[in-house]
Amino acid sequence: MKKIVAFLLLSASYCSVQAQTATVVKFDRIEKILKTQTDEVQVINFWATWCAPCVKELPLFEKLGAETPGVKVTLVNLDFADKIEKVNAFMTRKSIKSETVLLDEIDYNTWIDKVDASWQGAIPATLIVNTRTGRRKFVERELADGELQELIASVQ
Amino acid sequence: MKIHSIASTLAAFSLLIFFAGRPPGYQVGDTVATFKLKNVDGKMVSLSDYQSGKGLIVVFDCNTCPFSKAYNDRIQALNKKYAVQGFPLVAINANSPELSPGDSFDNMVALSKREKYDFPYLVDESQEVARAFGASNTPHVFVLKKEGNDFKVAYIGAIDNNSRDAEAAEKKYVEEAIQALLANKPVPTERTKAIGCGIKWKNV
Repeated sequence: MKKIVAFLLLSASYCSVQAQTATVVKFDRIEKILKTQTDEVQVINFWATWCAPCVKELPLFEKLGAETPGVKVTLVNLDFADKIEKVNAFMTRKSIKSETVLLDEIDYNTWIDKVDASWQGAIPATLIVNTRTGRRKFVERELADGELQELIASVQ
Repeated sequence: MKIHSIASTLAAFSLLIFFAGRPPGYQVGDTVATFKLKNVDGKMVSLSDYQSGKGLIVVFDCNTCPFSKAYNDRIQALNKKYAVQGFPLVAINANSPELSPGDSFDNMVALSKREKYDFPYLVDESQEVARAFGASNTPHVFVLKKEGNDFKVAYIGAIDNNSRDAEAAEKKYVEEAIQALLANKPVPTERTKAIGCGIKWKNV
């Protein structure tokens, strides 16, 4: 029995270190993350393969997700949905392991304010939310190393 | 604990400075301060050069952003359609060429020649005009209307609601705003938001 559990745990951890592929979603998926109460702090990063500062800061989110218990990282890709293969190839090349969704919602004005009223629409943009208390931080710019930890602490 | 609280106070303070140094910019109804910027032909262009028209379409744009490229034809079409009706278009590039070499003045000159721009493409080297407007991404449009000698902001936001496909855009915000202004009617949608490339601000 113990062996089986160990095997399952091992295979689970093996799976979790494989590069991910992006799932194409609609905005309801993001709303679900924001509205479902979880013990983990939700860290949601909006990015695109064509956005150089976004690509530059991705390793911060990868490191955060891998090293910080109690934090759930979701990468929300904003490339056009017909570029999904390009996005997946990028993720394989960069060995991206965080859960990634491609948000296929071209009518931006209908959902940007639902993420955060202060968001002007520039990326990178990052939302950090404690879904139990509703405490949240939104940052519309590239983050520096260490800043994510401070932002997470401020909503905990 | 104490160190942590000092650190977070410092962090909050630096954020405060960050926002204090970055005014939110014009809102709909605000009067626009005049500006004077260098065009791709080397000549200076000022807001006061447009006194004889009914207004102005100001587009914060650049050479490199995929959204700017996707909207380039639509930006050119706006000037072709509305300059003759009293709403000419001016494009302004505020991106720091140090951070985005493709947005250098020479590359602006090349783009405007290649695309045969029939409107000014101005460089906002100090980024002061982009800051005054509160432009955040490219392309970011401000429709101004003439009221007496003033230019007032009538619309802020996106050109339409489909960056990928012009044909599929069912809400043409800028056109609807100008049509309303030409008909002396209230602008139906005064403010929209769109995903775009952030303006490349220097020394942030």
